[in-house]
Amino acid sequence: MVTANNELAYNSKIEGDVVVTQADAAINWLRSNSMWPMPMGLACCAIELMAVASSRYDIARFGAEVMRFSPRQSDCMIVAGTVTYKMATAVRRIYDQMAAPKWVIAMGACASTGGMYRSYATLQGVDRIIPVDVYVSGCPPRPEALLDALMKLQHKVKRERSASQLFRA
Amino acid sequence: MSINAALIASAQGRFPNATERASADHTALNIPADEAMLCLEYFRDAQDFNFLVDVTAIDWSAEQSPRFTVVWHLYSSLTHSYVRVAANCVNDGEPTMASATALWPAADWHERETFDMFGIKFTGHPDLRRILMWEGYPYFPLRKEFPLAGLPADLPDFEVAAETGTRLISAPMAGGPFVAGQGEPMSEAEPRAKDEAWSEQNPKG
Repeated sequence: MVTANNELAYNSKIEGDVVVTQADAAINWLRSNSMWPMPMGLACCAIELMAVASSRYDIARFGAEVMRFSPRQSDCMIVAGTVTYKMATAVRRIYDQMAAPKWVIAMGACASTGGMYRSYATLQGVDRIIPVDVYVSGCPPRPEALLDALMKLQHKVKRERSASQLFRA
Repeated sequence: MSINAALIASAQGRFPNATERASADHTALNIPADEAMLCLEYFRDAQDFNFLVDVTAIDWSAEQSPRFTVVWHLYSSLTHSYVRVAANCVNDGEPTMASATALWPAADWHERETFDMFGIKFTGHPDLRRILMWEGYPYFPLRKEFPLAGLPADLPDFEVAAETGTRLISAPMAGGPFVAGQGEPMSEAEPRAKDEAWSEQNPKG
Protein backbone atom coordinates (compact mmCIF):
# COMPACT_ATOMS: atom_id res chain seq x y z
CA MET A 1 0.00 0.00 0.00
CA VAL A 2 1.32 3.38 -0.96
CA THR A 3 1.30 6.06 1.68
CA ALA A 4 1.08 9.75 0.96
CA ASN A 5 4.32 11.68 1.19
CA ASN A 6 3.67 14.51 3.59
CA GLU A 7 7.29 15.42 4.15
CA LEU A 8 8.60 18.63 2.65
CA ALA A 9 12.25 17.64 2.64
CA TYR A 10 13.91 15.08 0.43
CA ASN A 11 13.69 11.64 1.95
CA SER A 12 15.84 8.96 0.37
CA LYS A 13 13.82 6.22 2.07
CA ILE A 14 10.78 7.25 0.05
CA GLU A 15 12.25 8.61 -3.21
CA GLY A 16 15.26 6.37 -3.43
CA ASP A 17 18.53 7.74 -4.86
CA VAL A 18 16.76 10.16 -7.13
CA VAL A 19 16.86 13.95 -7.04
CA VAL A 20 14.40 15.77 -9.24
CA THR A 21 15.68 18.97 -10.84
CA GLN A 22 15.79 20.78 -14.16
CA ALA A 23 18.37 19.81 -16.77
CA ASP A 24 19.55 23.43 -17.03
CA ALA A 25 20.09 23.67 -13.30
CA ALA A 26 21.97 20.38 -13.09
CA ILE A 27 24.19 21.05 -16.10
CA ASN A 28 24.96 24.61 -15.06
CA TRP A 29 25.70 23.48 -11.51
CA LEU A 30 28.24 21.03 -12.86
CA ARG A 31 29.78 23.46 -15.30
CA SER A 32 30.03 26.49 -13.07
CA ASN A 33 31.59 24.65 -10.13
CA SER A 34 34.21 22.84 -12.14
CA MET A 35 35.56 25.52 -14.45
CA TRP A 36 39.02 24.36 -15.45
CA PRO A 37 41.07 27.34 -16.61
CA MET A 38 43.35 27.49 -19.60
CA PRO A 39 46.05 29.84 -18.22
CA MET A 40 46.96 32.04 -21.17
CA GLY A 41 49.73 33.78 -19.24
CA LEU A 42 51.38 36.31 -21.55
CA ALA A 43 52.78 38.98 -19.23
CA CYS A 44 52.84 40.21 -15.65
CA CYS A 45 49.13 39.45 -15.09
CA ALA A 46 50.17 35.80 -15.15
CA ILE A 47 52.02 36.39 -11.88
CA GLU A 48 48.77 37.48 -10.28
CA LEU A 49 47.10 34.49 -11.88
CA MET A 50 49.64 32.27 -10.11
CA ALA A 51 48.88 34.04 -6.85
CA VAL A 52 45.19 33.33 -7.37
CA ALA A 53 45.97 29.65 -7.70
CA SER A 54 48.18 29.61 -4.61
CA SER A 55 47.20 29.09 -1.01
CA ARG A 56 46.54 32.68 0.01
CA TYR A 57 43.73 33.31 -2.48
CA ASP A 58 43.05 29.71 -3.48
CA ILE A 59 40.90 29.62 -6.58
CA ALA A 60 40.13 26.01 -5.60
CA ARG A 61 37.38 27.41 -3.38
CA PHE A 62 35.51 28.13 -6.62
CA GLY A 63 36.30 24.85 -8.33
CA ALA A 64 38.75 26.37 -10.78
CA GLU A 65 42.06 25.20 -9.41
CA VAL A 66 42.84 22.71 -12.16
CA MET A 67 44.96 24.79 -14.50
CA ARG A 68 45.10 22.82 -17.70
CA PHE A 69 47.88 23.54 -20.12
CA SER A 70 46.03 21.53 -22.71
CA PRO A 71 43.16 23.35 -24.39
CA ARG A 72 41.37 20.03 -24.86
CA GLN A 73 40.82 19.71 -21.14
CA SER A 74 39.94 23.28 -20.21
CA ASP A 75 36.71 25.25 -20.07
CA CYS A 76 37.73 28.83 -19.44
CA MET A 77 40.61 30.67 -21.06
CA ILE A 78 42.07 33.33 -18.78
CA VAL A 79 43.96 35.72 -21.05
CA ALA A 80 46.43 37.21 -18.60
CA GLY A 81 48.69 39.75 -20.23
CA THR A 82 49.60 41.69 -23.33
CA VAL A 83 48.53 40.03 -26.56
CA THR A 84 50.83 40.87 -29.44
CA TYR A 85 49.61 40.44 -32.99
CA LYS A 86 52.15 37.67 -33.40
CA MET A 87 50.73 35.83 -30.37
CA ALA A 88 47.11 36.65 -31.23
CA THR A 89 46.90 34.00 -33.89
CA ALA A 90 48.22 31.39 -31.44
CA VAL A 91 45.67 32.53 -28.83
CA ARG A 92 42.92 32.13 -31.39
CA ARG A 93 44.11 28.66 -32.39
CA ILE A 94 44.28 27.52 -28.77
CA TYR A 95 40.79 28.90 -28.24
CA ASP A 96 39.61 26.97 -31.28
CA GLN A 97 41.08 23.78 -29.83
CA MET A 98 39.11 24.10 -26.60
CA ALA A 99 36.04 21.91 -26.46
CA ALA A 100 32.68 23.68 -26.16
CA PRO A 101 31.23 24.95 -23.91
CA LYS A 102 34.05 27.44 -23.35
CA TRP A 103 34.41 30.87 -21.84
CA VAL A 104 37.00 33.62 -21.82
CA ILE A 105 38.13 36.01 -19.10
CA ALA A 106 40.17 38.99 -20.31
CA MET A 107 42.36 39.69 -17.31
CA GLY A 108 43.81 43.17 -16.98
CA ALA A 109 44.03 46.29 -19.08
CA CYS A 110 46.19 44.80 -21.84
CA ALA A 111 44.00 41.81 -22.57
CA SER A 112 40.86 43.94 -22.37
CA THR A 113 41.90 46.91 -24.52
CA GLY A 114 45.61 46.78 -25.29
CA GLY A 115 46.20 48.80 -22.13
CA MET A 116 49.04 51.24 -22.27
CA TYR A 117 50.53 49.47 -25.29
CA ARG A 118 49.14 51.70 -28.02
CA SER A 119 51.70 50.31 -30.38
CA TYR A 120 52.17 48.72 -33.75
CA ALA A 121 52.80 45.29 -32.23
CA THR A 122 49.96 44.95 -29.73
CA LEU A 123 46.44 43.65 -30.33
CA GLN A 124 44.09 46.36 -29.06
CA GLY A 125 41.94 44.07 -26.94
CA VAL A 126 41.71 40.30 -27.15
CA ASP A 127 38.00 40.63 -27.98
CA ARG A 128 39.11 41.55 -31.48
CA ILE A 129 40.06 37.91 -31.95
CA ILE A 130 38.06 35.78 -29.47
CA PRO A 131 34.70 36.38 -27.70
CA VAL A 132 35.21 37.59 -24.14
CA ASP A 133 32.74 36.87 -21.32
CA VAL A 134 34.24 38.84 -18.45
CA TYR A 135 36.66 41.78 -18.50
CA VAL A 136 38.79 42.51 -15.44
CA SER A 137 40.18 45.99 -14.95
CA GLY A 138 43.54 46.61 -13.34
CA CYS A 139 47.19 46.69 -14.26
CA PRO A 140 47.58 44.03 -13.07
CA PRO A 141 44.28 43.22 -11.30
CA ARG A 142 44.37 42.14 -7.68
CA PRO A 143 43.82 38.40 -7.18
CA GLU A 144 40.48 39.24 -5.57
CA ALA A 145 39.43 40.91 -8.81
CA LEU A 146 40.06 37.71 -10.74
CA LEU A 147 38.11 35.73 -8.14
CA ASP A 148 35.29 38.23 -8.58
CA ALA A 149 35.48 37.74 -12.35
CA LEU A 150 35.25 33.99 -11.89
CA MET A 151 32.19 34.39 -9.66
CA LYS A 152 30.62 36.68 -12.25
CA LEU A 153 31.31 34.07 -14.90
CA GLN A 154 29.73 31.40 -12.68
CA HIS A 155 26.62 33.55 -12.35
CA LYS A 156 26.55 33.95 -16.10
CA VAL A 157 26.92 30.20 -16.69
CA LYS A 158 24.12 29.50 -14.19
CA ARG A 159 21.73 31.57 -16.30
CA GLU A 160 22.50 29.80 -19.57
CA ARG A 161 19.94 27.63 -21.37
CA SER A 162 22.36 24.74 -21.44
CA ALA A 163 20.03 21.82 -21.99
CA SER A 164 18.52 23.17 -25.19
CA GLN A 165 22.01 23.85 -26.56
CA LEU A 166 23.45 20.55 -25.46
CA PHE A 167 23.36 18.74 -28.78
CA ARG A 168 23.95 21.72 -31.04
CA ALA A 169 27.10 21.82 -33.04
CA MET B 1 97.12 60.32 -22.78
CA SER B 2 93.94 58.81 -21.45
CA ILE B 3 92.98 55.20 -22.04
CA ASN B 4 90.30 56.33 -24.50
CA ALA B 5 92.66 58.44 -26.54
CA ALA B 6 95.29 55.69 -26.54
CA LEU B 7 92.76 53.16 -27.80
CA ILE B 8 91.57 55.47 -30.56
CA ALA B 9 95.14 56.33 -31.52
CA SER B 10 96.09 52.67 -31.78
CA ALA B 11 93.00 51.94 -33.88
CA GLN B 12 93.75 54.91 -36.13
CA GLY B 13 97.28 53.62 -36.53
CA ARG B 14 95.79 50.52 -38.09
CA PHE B 15 92.80 52.17 -39.77
CA PRO B 16 93.66 55.71 -40.90
CA ASN B 17 90.06 56.35 -41.96
CA ALA B 18 88.74 55.83 -38.44
CA THR B 19 87.64 58.98 -36.63
CA GLU B 20 86.73 59.61 -33.04
CA ARG B 21 83.00 59.60 -32.44
CA ALA B 22 81.29 61.96 -30.02
CA SER B 23 80.45 59.97 -26.90
CA ALA B 24 79.21 60.80 -23.43
CA ASP B 25 80.47 57.58 -21.91
CA HIS B 26 82.66 54.96 -23.59
CA THR B 27 85.32 55.09 -26.24
CA ALA B 28 83.67 55.43 -29.62
CA LEU B 29 84.82 55.69 -33.18
CA ASN B 30 83.46 55.88 -36.69
CA ILE B 31 84.75 53.58 -39.38
CA PRO B 32 83.92 53.31 -43.09
CA ALA B 33 81.54 50.43 -43.82
CA ASP B 34 84.04 48.46 -45.90
CA GLU B 35 86.57 48.42 -43.05
CA ALA B 36 84.06 47.70 -40.28
CA MET B 37 84.64 43.96 -40.04
CA LEU B 38 88.41 44.33 -40.08
CA CYS B 39 88.11 46.94 -37.35
CA LEU B 40 85.90 44.72 -35.21
CA GLU B 41 88.31 41.85 -35.72
CA TYR B 42 91.16 44.12 -34.70
CA PHE B 43 89.36 45.08 -31.49
CA ARG B 44 88.54 41.45 -30.76
CA ASP B 45 92.00 39.99 -31.40
CA ALA B 46 94.45 42.82 -30.79
CA GLN B 47 92.62 44.78 -28.07
CA ASP B 48 90.89 41.89 -26.26
CA PHE B 49 87.35 43.18 -26.73
CA ASN B 50 86.13 39.61 -26.71
CA PHE B 51 82.42 40.11 -26.08
CA LEU B 52 79.90 41.53 -28.53
CA VAL B 53 77.33 43.24 -26.31
CA ASP B 54 74.98 44.68 -28.88
CA VAL B 55 74.40 45.35 -32.53
CA THR B 56 71.90 48.05 -33.32
CA ALA B 57 71.34 50.86 -35.79
CA ILE B 58 70.33 54.49 -36.07
CA ASP B 59 67.90 55.91 -38.62
CA TRP B 60 68.75 59.57 -39.21
CA SER B 61 65.47 60.00 -41.20
CA ALA B 62 64.84 59.89 -44.93
CA GLU B 63 66.13 63.43 -45.52
CA GLN B 64 69.60 62.58 -44.25
CA SER B 65 72.38 60.89 -46.15
CA PRO B 66 73.93 58.64 -45.04
CA ARG B 67 70.63 57.59 -43.53
CA PHE B 68 71.51 54.46 -41.53
CA THR B 69 74.33 53.90 -39.08
CA VAL B 70 75.08 50.45 -37.65
CA VAL B 71 76.50 50.47 -34.13
CA TRP B 72 78.42 47.69 -32.40
CA HIS B 73 79.10 47.66 -28.68
CA LEU B 74 82.07 45.60 -27.58
CA TYR B 75 83.16 44.67 -24.08
CA SER B 76 86.49 43.44 -22.82
CA SER B 77 86.29 40.91 -20.04
CA LEU B 78 89.99 41.51 -19.40
CA THR B 79 90.04 45.29 -19.00
CA HIS B 80 86.33 45.62 -18.14
CA SER B 81 85.84 48.43 -20.63
CA TYR B 82 83.55 49.09 -23.53
CA VAL B 83 84.12 50.40 -27.02
CA ARG B 84 81.51 51.56 -29.48
CA VAL B 85 82.08 51.21 -33.22
CA ALA B 86 79.78 52.87 -35.73
CA ALA B 87 79.63 52.60 -39.51
CA ASN B 88 77.33 54.35 -41.97
CA CYS B 89 75.49 52.16 -44.46
CA VAL B 90 76.49 53.08 -47.98
CA ASN B 91 73.10 52.72 -49.65
CA ASP B 92 70.24 54.76 -48.15
CA GLY B 93 67.41 53.04 -50.01
CA GLU B 94 68.56 49.42 -49.62
CA PRO B 95 70.93 49.64 -46.66
CA THR B 96 73.41 46.80 -46.28
CA MET B 97 76.22 46.03 -43.86
CA ALA B 98 78.65 43.15 -43.52
CA SER B 99 77.62 40.56 -40.93
CA ALA B 100 79.66 40.09 -37.77
CA THR B 101 78.44 36.50 -37.31
CA ALA B 102 81.83 35.20 -38.48
CA LEU B 103 83.50 37.07 -35.63
CA TRP B 104 80.89 36.48 -32.91
CA PRO B 105 78.09 33.91 -33.29
CA ALA B 106 76.16 36.16 -30.88
CA ALA B 107 75.73 38.67 -33.70
CA ASP B 108 73.16 36.36 -35.30
CA TRP B 109 70.04 37.41 -33.39
CA HIS B 110 71.20 41.02 -32.91
CA GLU B 111 71.50 41.41 -36.66
CA ARG B 112 68.16 39.72 -37.22
CA GLU B 113 66.57 42.22 -34.86
CA THR B 114 68.28 45.14 -36.57
CA PHE B 115 67.12 43.80 -39.91
CA ASP B 116 63.60 43.37 -38.54
CA MET B 117 63.36 46.88 -37.12
CA PHE B 118 65.37 48.91 -39.67
CA GLY B 119 65.50 46.78 -42.79
CA ILE B 120 69.29 46.72 -42.92
CA LYS B 121 70.47 43.63 -44.77
CA PHE B 122 73.54 42.01 -43.22
CA THR B 123 75.49 40.36 -46.01
CA GLY B 124 76.96 37.02 -45.06
CA HIS B 125 74.39 36.40 -42.30
CA PRO B 126 73.53 32.67 -42.26
CA ASP B 127 69.79 33.07 -41.60
CA LEU B 128 68.56 36.63 -42.00
CA ARG B 129 64.87 36.41 -41.08
CA ARG B 130 62.68 38.67 -39.00
CA ILE B 131 62.91 37.85 -35.32
CA LEU B 132 60.30 40.00 -33.52
CA MET B 133 57.72 40.64 -36.22
CA TRP B 134 56.65 37.84 -38.51
CA GLU B 135 57.71 36.96 -42.04
CA GLY B 136 55.52 38.97 -44.38
CA TYR B 137 55.09 42.00 -42.12
CA PRO B 138 55.39 44.85 -44.61
CA TYR B 139 57.10 47.55 -42.53
CA PHE B 140 60.25 48.24 -40.53
CA PRO B 141 58.90 49.65 -37.27
CA LEU B 142 61.89 51.60 -35.98
CA ARG B 143 62.35 53.61 -39.14
CA LYS B 144 61.66 57.27 -38.63
CA GLU B 145 58.69 57.46 -40.99
CA PHE B 146 56.87 54.61 -39.21
CA PRO B 147 54.32 55.91 -36.67
CA LEU B 148 54.33 54.57 -33.11
CA ALA B 149 50.66 53.58 -33.46
CA GLY B 150 51.50 51.34 -36.39
CA LEU B 151 49.98 50.99 -39.83
CA PRO B 152 47.19 48.71 -41.05
CA ALA B 153 48.38 45.30 -42.20
CA ASP B 154 47.26 41.68 -42.26
CA LEU B 155 47.52 39.24 -39.38
CA PRO B 156 50.34 36.69 -39.75
CA ASP B 157 47.90 33.77 -39.97
CA PHE B 158 45.49 34.11 -42.90
CA GLU B 159 43.17 31.41 -41.52
CA VAL B 160 42.73 33.29 -38.26
CA ALA B 161 42.38 36.53 -40.21
CA ALA B 162 39.61 34.99 -42.33
CA GLU B 163 37.88 33.49 -39.29
CA THR B 164 37.94 36.64 -37.19
CA GLY B 165 38.00 39.36 -39.83
CA THR B 166 40.65 41.12 -37.76
CA ARG B 167 43.48 43.17 -39.21
CA LEU B 168 46.28 45.20 -37.70
CA ILE B 169 45.09 48.73 -37.01
CA SER B 170 46.74 51.97 -36.14
CA ALA B 171 46.44 51.86 -32.38
CA PRO B 172 44.16 54.60 -30.99
CA MET B 173 46.61 56.85 -29.22
CA ALA B 174 43.91 58.58 -27.14
CA GLY B 175 46.14 61.29 -25.79
CA GLY B 176 49.20 59.05 -25.59
CA PRO B 177 51.93 57.95 -25.79
CA PHE B 178 51.58 56.78 -22.23
CA VAL B 179 54.61 57.79 -20.23
CA ALA B 180 55.42 58.10 -16.56
CA GLY B 181 56.22 61.62 -15.49
CA GLN B 182 59.58 62.45 -14.02
CA GLY B 183 59.82 64.34 -10.77
CA GLU B 184 56.23 63.51 -9.90
CA PRO B 185 55.27 61.77 -6.67
CA MET B 186 55.32 57.98 -6.97
CA SER B 187 51.52 57.91 -6.83
CA GLU B 188 51.43 60.06 -9.97
CA ALA B 189 54.21 58.26 -11.81
CA GLU B 190 52.01 55.59 -13.37
CA PRO B 191 52.15 55.74 -17.19
CA ARG B 192 49.28 57.86 -18.41
CA ALA B 193 48.33 60.03 -21.36
CA LYS B 194 49.76 63.52 -21.14
CA ASP B 195 46.94 65.07 -23.15
CA GLU B 196 43.64 63.55 -22.07
CA ALA B 197 41.54 66.16 -23.87
CA TRP B 198 41.12 63.93 -26.91
CA SER B 199 39.97 60.36 -27.43
CA GLU B 200 38.71 58.02 -30.13
CA GLN B 201 35.36 59.85 -30.09
CA ASN B 202 36.90 63.29 -29.81
CA PRO B 203 39.92 63.39 -32.14
CA LYS B 204 42.78 65.78 -31.70
CA GLY B 205 42.10 69.06 -33.44
